[in-house]
Amino acid sequence: MIEIRNISKWYGSFRVLTDCSTSVAKGEVVVVCGPSGSGKSTLIKCVNGLETFQQGEVVVSGVSVGAKGTDLPKLRARIGMVFQNFELFPHLSVMENLTLAQVRVLGRTVEEATAKGAALLERVGLAAQAPKFPGQLSGGQQQRVAIARALAMDPIAMLFDEPTSALDPEMINEVLDVMVDLAKDGMTMMVVTHEMGFARKVAHRVLFMDKGEIVEDAPKEDFFGRPRSERAQQFLSKILHH
Amino acid sequence: MGDLDFDVIGRALPYLAHGMQYTVQLTVVAFAGGVVFGTLLALARLSSFKPLALAAAGYVNLMRSIPLLLVIFWFYFLAPVLLQSLTGAERPPQIGAERSAYITFILFEAAYFCEIMRAGIQSIAKGQAAAGFALGLDYWQVMRRIVLPQAFRNMLPVLLTQAIVLFQDVSLVSLLNVTDFVGAAVKIAQRDSRVIEMYLFVAVVYFLLCFALSSGARRLQLRLAIVR
Repeated sequence: MIEIRNISKWYGSFRVLTDCSTSVAKGEVVVVCGPSGSGKSTLIKCVNGLETFQQGEVVVSGVSVGAKGTDLPKLRARIGMVFQNFELFPHLSVMENLTLAQVRVLGRTVEEATAKGAALLERVGLAAQAPKFPGQLSGGQQQRVAIARALAMDPIAMLFDEPTSALDPEMINEVLDVMVDLAKDGMTMMVVTHEMGFARKVAHRVLFMDKGEIVEDAPKEDFFGRPRSERAQQFLSKILHH
Repeated sequence: MGDLDFDVIGRALPYLAHGMQYTVQLTVVAFAGGVVFGTLLALARLSSFKPLALAAAGYVNLMRSIPLLLVIFWFYFLAPVLLQSLTGAERPPQIGAERSAYITFILFEAAYFCEIMRAGIQSIAKGQAAAGFALGLDYWQVMRRIVLPQAFRNMLPVLLTQAIVLFQDVSLVSLLNVTDFVGAAVKIAQRDSRVIEMYLFVAVVYFLLCFALSSGARRLQLRLAIVR
């Protein structure tokens, strides 16, 4: 589904990604972790072309993301993305947030889009919030709306960029619960997160990144059981022993 | 001061009202045209395509470095000559003072609205545009549906302040002998030798209208504010 082949990226002379390769199969859940500044978010944003890269290739469902002739809007419409800071549109109601791209990009009628939006709000437990504005919701509610907004496009895969990092602790689980449900439904997911509980529960594979490199790419059991690299061991001991 | 005659205002009221109508019309058209053209200029200035960004910046900086009165004169006197040399016509085409004023004000105000809208667009977090792109919206959809509506609301107080400045600046067209509100007052003042009465009246009207506009702007801003 998602193939990342030897991509490298520089900001000026600073190299943020070094020869990264991995893949996510259909229905697979891959968690990307690593210290801050390790390039996790940059890597995941290369998948839908929000970040460019100078070398290598990313292929999503047979389409090369970086290639010249690629219709990026069309490709992006099929890949859902959830951001650290939610990025709901504050001037639109919750329902309008969910229908905007359905109507403008997929060409659905407002009725169809609204029905779809209502069903998804129901699914994330926020049916009553449809007429409200994002600023009236809690962080956890906003992030669940953001997930529903991405799902409204019927994506073939979902990207999560630290979806719980900006949340108050008591709201993290309501968002993780929605993501666990999604994973159990067989959604293809690539998730940048420090939530190792989530990784243990639903991930198939875990990537560990450091200084722009994918240091470890292992099945969940191997990663948590006996990480091969010293850097991954250190990282795990830092975040798990508190 | 005993020989002031304020009756002259009453007698000239229909004529003054006619002038005010032109003033309001020019203000509204220049505001609308200036905001649209200025927003396009702002998008050009923020474009990653350097020649476009440079051209827009050059235009804006040029317009903002020239006094409005000069732009008005230049356009009125030079544009027909320029058009003549471009089209090779025998005589300079007649643009007319009123039409010339419309074009000049749109072109001039656009430079100021460009800078306001540029600040407004930059005030919207990059993540907002990224979220739009991630949903599959294209550049124009992201701008039209997500970035510009928010930029516009953030900048509304400044836009309205600029509109009030514009409303006052429109009086400069009276120097092209156009009968705007001030132009009408000048003509009456000179015809009836009632300069003090007329100019006092004009000042009071401007004050009242601008004061009402700015308090209206404040109320509108509160109503449209985005909950964050």
